[in-house]
Parts: sequence; C-alpha cells; structure tokens
Amino acid sequence: MGLTGLEIFKQLPKTNCKDCGYPTCLAFAMALANGKATLDSCPHVSDAAKENLDSASAPPIKLVKVGSGEKVLELGDETELFRHDKKFYHPTAVAILVSDQEDVEAKVNQVKELDFERVGLEFITDMVAVKNDSGDAEKFKAAVEKTAALTDKVMVLIAEDADVMAGALEAAAEKKPLIYAATADNYEAMTALAKEKGCPLAVKGKGLEDTAALVEKVVALGYKELVLDTGERQTSRVLADLTQIRRLAVKKRFRPLGYPTISFTSKEDPLEEAAQAAVYLSKYAGIVVMKTAEKQHILPLLSWRQNLFTDPQKPIQVEAKLYEVGDVNENSPLYITTNFSLTYYIVEGEVETSKVPSYIIAVNTDGVSVLTAWAAGKLTGDSIAEAMKKAGVEEKLAHKKVVIPGHVAVLSGAVEESTGGWEVLVGPREASGIPKYAKENFA
Amino acid sequence: MAFNLHKEKYRSKVSEVVLGATKEEGGTRSHTLKVGGESTLAFLHFEGEIPNRPIAALEVLDVAPQEWHPCFDPYLKDVYGDAGAWAKKCVDEYGADLVLLRLQGADPDGKDRTPEECADTVKEVLKAVSVPLIVVGCGKGEKDNQVMPLVAEVASGENLLLGVAEQENYKSITAACMVHKHSLIAQSPIDINICKQLNILVNEMNLDLNKIVIDPTIAALGYGLEYGYSIMERARLGALGGDRMLAMPMIGNVGYEVWRVKEANASEEEFPGWGEQEERGIMWEVTTAVALLQAGMDILVLRHPKALEVVKKNIDDLMADNKYQ
Ligand code: B12
Ligand code: SF4
Repeated sequence: MGLTGLEIFKQLPKTNCKDCGYPTCLAFAMALANGKATLDSCPHVSDAAKENLDSASAPPIKLVKVGSGEKVLELGDETELFRHDKKFYHPTAVAILVSDQEDVEAKVNQVKELDFERVGLEFITDMVAVKNDSGDAEKFKAAVEKTAALTDKVMVLIAEDADVMAGALEAAAEKKPLIYAATADNYEAMTALAKEKGCPLAVKGKGLEDTAALVEKVVALGYKELVLDTGERQTSRVLADLTQIRRLAVKKRFRPLGYPTISFTSKEDPLEEAAQAAVYLSKYAGIVVMKTAEKQHILPLLSWRQNLFTDPQKPIQVEAKLYEVGDVNENSPLYITTNFSLTYYIVEGEVETSKVPSYIIAVNTDGVSVLTAWAAGKLTGDSIAEAMKKAGVEEKLAHKKVVIPGHVAVLSGAVEESTGGWEVLVGPREASGIPKYAKENFA
Repeated sequence: MAFNLHKEKYRSKVSEVVLGATKEEGGTRSHTLKVGGESTLAFLHFEGEIPNRPIAALEVLDVAPQEWHPCFDPYLKDVYGDAGAWAKKCVDEYGADLVLLRLQGADPDGKDRTPEECADTVKEVLKAVSVPLIVVGCGKGEKDNQVMPLVAEVASGENLLLGVAEQENYKSITAACMVHKHSLIAQSPIDINICKQLNILVNEMNLDLNKIVIDPTIAALGYGLEYGYSIMERARLGALGGDRMLAMPMIGNVGYEVWRVKEANASEEEFPGWGEQEERGIMWEVTTAVALLQAGMDILVLRHPKALEVVKKNIDDLMADNKYQ
C-alpha cells in the first residue's frame, strides 16, 4: 500500500535470480506494488529491507482492535483530515466512565440503556470505562468483574498502578479491554502486562512531545497495539493535540504518533461535557470517555457521529419501491416520499406511529431529500406518476387518493395531471405531523 | 520539540466584517462586533491568528411564535409579541452577543404585516438594545423585496446585517445595503459554486466584500448536518487558500433548523428511550452548533437561552491559546 514499484525495487537484492517466479527483481517489485504478490515470495530479501517495506506500507494510523468475540471495536486506520476528501472510516468510540467508588451496577445498567434506534440505524454506546478511584485493588477488581458480568460492551480499565491493573485483568483479560495507561513511571510493567494478556494499551504522556517519546519506549519493548493520550484536558489544547497527531501521522507518516487516540472530557456540567465531547468527536478522537450517562446527552452525540462518518460521496438510499406499513388493504392511504434513507425512515416511523396501515412509495430521487429532489427536478408530477404506476397501486387500491409531502404542495396540479385524475392530498410539511393528519383524514 | 509540528501555511485569510455602528460611525450602537479575520482553521491558534471569537445571536420574532415548543415559555413567554422587550431580555438576561430579528409577521400567508409595520418593529428593537442587530425577512422573496429596503432606510447608518440575498433574488436587498450602509447575508443552497457566484454578483453591484457574510445553508443534526459541515469546511479551506469570493465569515440558522425536528420536540412520554425533552432539544441545538463551529462558523443564530449559555462556554474554552512552547 502506498509504495511505488520503484521504491520497492530499491529495497530488493537486484540479482534477478528468478526464485520469486518473476523474471526480474523489478517485475517482482511491480507485482508487489499492484498487490499481486507478497514479499515472502522472495527468499533473499534482507531483514532490514523487510522492516523498511513493512513499515512504509503500513497504514499511517495503525488499526487497533479492542474487545473480543463479536464485540470487537476497530479504531484508527484513518487516512483523511477532512471527510469531504474521501471518508472517515472508524467511528469514534464513546465510553462511559464508571468509578469503582460508585454504584457500579446502577451505572452500568444506565449505560446499557444508551443504545438507540433511529432512522433505520443503530446508535451504540460502545464502551464502559471502569476507573480505579478508590486506590483499592480489590475494589477495582470487583468493579471490573461486575461490569464484565453485566454487559458485553467493550471495556477500558483505568488504573495507573500496574499491580492493581494486573489484579483486574485476572477478571477481564479475555475480553481484551483497553489497558489505561502506560505512563513514564509504569510503562515497563504495563507493557509487559499488555503483551502477556494480548490487550491493547493506552500510552499517556505529558503533552504531545512527551507522549511520542513514551510511545517509542513502549515500541522498543516490542509492543504496538497502542492508543494515545497526551494527558491534556483543556478543550482547545486537546483539539490542537488531536489535530497534530492526525496531521503528523497522515501527512508526515510520523510513526510514534500513528495510533488512534483516547480523549477524556473534563467538564463537570453534563451539557458542557457533552459539548466538549462533540468537539473531540468532530476532530479525530478515537475514543471519547465521558461521565454523563443520560440519554438526552448521549443521543445527540451519537447522532453527530453517525452523520460525520457517513460516506460523503453517496447518500444512504432505500430501494425505490412500494412499502407496506402494517396490515394494509385496498382502502389504506398512500403516501409519497423519496428514497433518501433518512427521509424514508422518518416518514415510515411516523406512518407507523399513526397506527393506520398504509402504503408508502419511495420515489427514486437518487437518494436525496424532498426539497433537494424537487429543486433538482427529480421529484415531479411525472416521476411520482411513474413510480405509482410501477408500484401497481391502481390495482391494489380501491380509492384514488395520494398524499404528497407538504413541502412540495406546488406539485399537486402536476401530479393530478400526470396520474390522469388521482386526487392529490397535501400532507403536513414535517413528517411529525403525519399521525395527527392520519387521524383526521383516515381514521 | 524533538519533532516538527505540522503547521499549514495558508495563503490568505477570512475577511473581517464589522457589525453595527456607533454614534461616531453614523449609528446608535454602544459598540460594534467584528467577525472573521482568521488565518487558520477553527481554533487552531497554534498556526494562525483568530482575532475575533465566533459570536452568538438569539432569535427574536416580530410576532408571538405559533409553533415554538412550550419549553421556551418559562424563558420568553412574557415577552412574546413584544420584539423590543424580547430582544432586551435576550441581551441583558441571557447574554446574547447580538440578536437576529426575524420579520416573520411579514409573511403574506400569515399576519401579512406591511413594510411600514416591519420597519417600526426594527426601530423598536434598535431602541430596546444597544448591540448590533441582524434582521432577516419572512423568507418569501417578493414580500421581502418590499420590506427590506424600507428596513434598510429607517435604520440607515446602523450597519445592520440584513438577509437574505439569494442567487435568484439579490438585487433589491443588495442595493438597499449599499445605499444605507448595511452588511449583507448571501445565502446559497449548500453549493460552493453558487456561493461563489452569488458573492461575485453582489460584489459586481459594488458592495464591498467586507460587507458580506455568507450563509452556505445548514441543516439540523440528524437531518443533513454533515452536508452543511462539509460545505463550510470546504469554503473555509477555499478562503484560506486565497479564494476571495469564499473568504467571508459564515453564519448559520442553528436554532431555526433544530427546533423544527422531532428529536428536539418530542416528549419523553412518547419516546422514553430518548431521555428528557428539554435537555435533549438543548443538546440537539448545542451539538449542531459545536459541530459547525469546528467547520468554521463565525455567527451562530441560536434559539434556546440555555443552548446559548453552553455554546458560549464552549467558545470560551476553544478561544484559549493552544500554541506549543
Ligand atoms: C442536505 C441538503 C442537500 C444535499 C442532499 C442530501 C440528500 N441526500 O438529500 C446536497 C448537498 C446534495 C444538496 C443539493 C442541492 N440542494 Co439541497 N439541501 C439540503 C438541506 C441542507 C437539508 C435537506 C435534508 O436532508 N433534509 C432532511 C430530510 C429528512 O428532509 P425531507 O426529505 O424534506 O423530509 C422531511 C419533510 O419533507 C417531511 N416529509 C418527507 N416525505 C414526506 C412525505 C409525506 C407524505 C409527508 C406528509 C411529509 C414528508 O418529513 C421529513 C422530516 O420532517 C436543505 C436545507 C435544509 N436545512 O433543510 C437544502 C435544500 C433542500 N436544497 C436546496 C437546493 C436548491 C439544492 C440544489 C438544487 C442546489 C444546487 N443547485 O446545487 C442541489 C440539488 C442537487 C441535485 N442535483 O441533486 C434548497 C431547496 C429550495 C427549495 N425551497 O426548493 C434547500 C431547501 C436549501 C435552501 N434553503 O435553498 N442539498
Ligand atoms: S527472488 Fe528476490 S532477488 Fe530473486 S528475482 Fe525475485 S525479487 Fe529478485
């Protein structure tokens, strides 16, 4: 990945011995660059060259996995600074802090309530971060044990004493939690623990430069499953560090900072805290750890994450076709909307809430919203009529009434004309008005 | 540093726009507000200047709002229908940097207020508060073309920020800004080319580039926010890269967009899984605002006083210097 054939060629023995199955070293290098061969086919390449090629072809930010079994979170492996350049790949993990001094069971159960379903998508709070505030190893171990028993969410274990960590890992190592953290004082013991248990390890420095230096020490001990924390907690400082880490990794391929990051909120007020978390989530955090576990604080944050990490090149679409909501019959109302997934699911949700079994046609608008489609000439009398015809509603329904979105009331005449005489009803502007509208018109 | 920080060297910076005018400058405001002027991306003090902090306005209507959630009542009900008192409360009590007066009463399908009535409301608000003012029409182009020139005239010299100019309808409001010394909001539908084109058109009418604020159009969190976010990021990168026709400060109607979506308004009884309604609505607004601040937004138009408070603290935190030693 990333290297040209010529760059690879420079690292090869240049003897053209053909043992790799290619006529020349250059031909082999080209095949490597195109992903058609793997380096191990050449028995003569030096260890130094191997190391160089491996690290040069590694992604700028290492992919680090936390968790085990079905609950494995992938962090890092991002390639962009701006989502519009291509796409962000691995959504920021949201972790909720649980102190070993609070009612662990109550808080963990609260965290379990923080998974949402919205517009056909799942919004998951990924992690529980258990923190050793008590200073007591037994207490911490018990809290970790309890958390592991209560939830299968991925865990972060927070303790800076390696012995305390070792104790807790006895209870949870097989869940492959993130060990937080290796510091200047404990990194040898923590790295040994992480290695032994095969768990990813957070490296916590004092500022950006110190963190990079500490990473190099940990890497020198032979461990690379790392997550970075520069130890900063002030909002603009963290923003600067996250930005530098991303830039240095992606643009300079600076290895010591080529890992995913973890950021902690510092605000006490939960609203301010959620706002702070939204800053970190916007700008490159791999994990955000926060204290509040109230639904109304977390749902907006997870919604922003979903928005930010969608592919900017292609809107999420649903199949453009006729949908049935509930137990429909020939008298059921018929609604028109677009095949932009967001639009469709909002409408479907409201139609469902109305409790009146209904048909919905998602008109093919190339996955754009109602007004966008209207402005772009994709939602017209003709396109609606055609979609109705294709859906065969004429045969399915005993009536000839169709409800269009309130925002495109201007299309009434055109739809009437193109459908050859269907009665066009103008629905409310926002889908949230549908239940009331349905009650008044179809109940 | 044992390694070199990665600092971008941008070729240019965002233009600086002044809002309001003091007595000496021909207006009646107690102070002016400056926006823009940044020579780097949002809050990256370590590589450029951010001479002016983003500012936050609260929205004021000239009529009692019909559709605002009752959760606004405890804050504003006593001033609904009295735009002057409403504006004063937003500034004095809730700490808004400025207010945006939306002349919704002009809507021909609503109260259909006359341009004269609208102009009187603007005068009232100018009297009630001493901060700079943003005034926008009802959104129906034809009517706004009658209303805004008169508004511009009665507030001549005040350097209001007037909106909105759109690609199909920019001439009369631009002319009014020229004649009466106001600044202009140029609004484009999340399309960078239209955004540029409109600035060119407005500039061709001889309105100075530093009298223009752009509204690249936003959507609420969960309703297309990411599109507005990316357009703002791209516009800002264009500005820093030297494109003068994208180099204006940016404004966004956060409160207006957020408080029409379901997640802000639905009751907890209806959606127990979504948590308490008012805080949810506030955070829907805050999160939208905080995200767009990261994309470079300079003027936030908010609605909920508590959202204003939280967002202002977030801006305080982000304005703290983050240069490296
Ligand atoms: C995101 C966005 C885009 C994205 C498209 C994203 C997408 N996948 O749709 C992009 C950047 C591509 C885009 C492009 C354009 N856009 Co655009 N866009 C928006 C924006 C910001 C949000 C739209 C959105 O996603 N809304 C959320 C969805 C869920 O809303 P919705 O589909 O309308 O559904 C709601 C209701 O209509 C209702 N509803 C839906 N279906 C039904 C059905 C029934 C029966 C009922 C009762 C109700 C109902 O319920 C939903 C929730 O309440 C809006 C402005 C805004 N803030 O709203 C402008 C906006 C829609 N765009 C606009 C324009 C002009 C354009 C362009 C034509 C501009 C241009 N020349 O380039 C292009 C067209 C591109 C093309 N050729 O396809 C204008 C439309 C103007 C108008 N009044 O007609 C708007 C309003 C912006 C503006 N103020 O100028 N856009
Ligand atoms: S085996 Fe190695 S040295 Fe021999 S030709 Fe292939 S690449 Fe060259």
